[in-house]
Amino acid sequence: MTMPFYVPPEQVMKDRADFARKGIARGRSVVVVGYDKGIAFVAENPSRALHKVSEIYDRIAFAAVGRYNEFENLRVAGIRYADLRGYSYDRTDVTARALANTYAQILGGVFTQESKPLEIEIVVAEVGADSDSDQIFRLTYDGSVADERGFVAMGGASDAAEERLRSGWRPGMTLAEAVRLAVDVLGAGENGERRTLDEGQLEVAVLDRERPRRSFRRIVGPVLAQLLGEPAERATGAAGSSPQPPAPGPVA
Amino acid sequence: MTQPSTGRSRQLDDAFLRAGSSSFTEFVAAYRPELLPSARRLPSGATIEAPHGTTIVSLLFEGGVVMAGDRRATMGNIIANRDMEKVFAADEFSVVGIAGTAGLAIELVRLYQVELEHYEKIEGAIMSLEGKANRLASMIRGNLGLAMQGLTVVPTYAGFDLESATGRIYSYDVTGGCYVESGHHSTGSGSVFARGALKKLWRPGLEEQQAVSVAIEALYDAADDDSATGGPDLGRQIWPTVAVVDHAGARFVPSDVLEGHVERVVAARRDNPGGAR
Repeated sequence: MTMPFYVPPEQVMKDRADFARKGIARGRSVVVVGYDKGIAFVAENPSRALHKVSEIYDRIAFAAVGRYNEFENLRVAGIRYADLRGYSYDRTDVTARALANTYAQILGGVFTQESKPLEIEIVVAEVGADSDSDQIFRLTYDGSVADERGFVAMGGASDAAEERLRSGWRPGMTLAEAVRLAVDVLGAGENGERRTLDEGQLEVAVLDRERPRRSFRRIVGPVLAQLLGEPAERATGAAGSSPQPPAPGPVA
Repeated sequence: MTQPSTGRSRQLDDAFLRAGSSSFTEFVAAYRPELLPSARRLPSGATIEAPHGTTIVSLLFEGGVVMAGDRRATMGNIIANRDMEKVFAADEFSVVGIAGTAGLAIELVRLYQVELEHYEKIEGAIMSLEGKANRLASMIRGNLGLAMQGLTVVPTYAGFDLESATGRIYSYDVTGGCYVESGHHSTGSGSVFARGALKKLWRPGLEEQQAVSVAIEALYDAADDDSATGGPDLGRQIWPTVAVVDHAGARFVPSDVLEGHVERVVAARRDNPGGAR
């Protein structure tokens, strides 16, 4: 009979956290920024079909980084949860807070009880009547929930990205300013390098508080190009763009 | 430690996390079947009297489709409601009108609206118009048990087909049969009279405002001869519900525009109640 080695629980949790963090950092970042008329989601994502940002309900959206199959599963669960709740109660009874709590239970449950934590990080955002009542919840692999103000960066080198956002973000930015800030943050390399991201590499969506009922909308094509503004001028500042190493396997 | 534990506590049941269906109805049928009208059983042989909604007319025009419904709900010989809505936006590019048992029909429309939106969000694409019409047919089919006990729901579905850039009308029967209509269609207790009017008033290539006017006149004729169909109520300022669907999406005609149409129709019928022309 073999005796299992004793591993202290602190070590187990630490190993799992390290594992999840590494997986999440391999992928590319998603930036969520509040602007004067809503909340903008900007992701570096060359795929037109596999989204990192999506609609959950009238005023709620979902953004995620990490393993595609894992967050896609949670996205679908969130839509089912929201639609069922809206159908059996009322559309106004579906809230981001309740959904974030539900996600936190799943993430926390998997983190402590399963052999492998979910290698994902999620933002659930709800646009309110004004920017003070906007809610952005950030959920990490271990099920912890943070109520963020104004902006969030996750995936990739998210600490550096958060730092850049903190210095660049201010309340009441326009959509164009917010998107350009986000693209600037996404394009920042590790040691001062700059990468230029064009429309084809970006997935941009907003929760627009001025739209009635379903406030989620994707920004693509000419509208996005217009928001990004004069790309040639910004490109001159870039000292040789370095191509990002391809993300391994299923990390979206 | 490497064994996945089984008795974990989760707020969301595994049903939510199961991969597969992008249909809301299928999900609810598996998870909370009591929320669906199709899962309800009535005691056999029992009948109840419930409010009924009546006449819906729909007609094609150049570049889209118009659907209009009267506002009356009846229960036997009682007017149960004077300003009920029977035409609803199903999604951005289609509308659904209902005739039959009002409570059940409204529940079905709500379910159908969620069904379309649910699919759109999960798949990231809008369902084809044919697909949407078939989803509605399967919901009507699920209601057959209740229909056999007198709680029938017969909808009309109309939408703008983004692929062929034309309007389309789908009619249904109580068993869930789904038929494409060319030109125009009417359903409900006043449909016989409305159809007669539509036959004489509709022609191919109508413009939008002409089509709205034809729809209102057809409903006027239905209300003229069918007691369960409400005519335009000038005293209470209650006009029919009229929806237009074209390449820009589905929208409801505002009441001031409707008032103009109604007044013209009513004025033209003075001393000419049959609308002879």
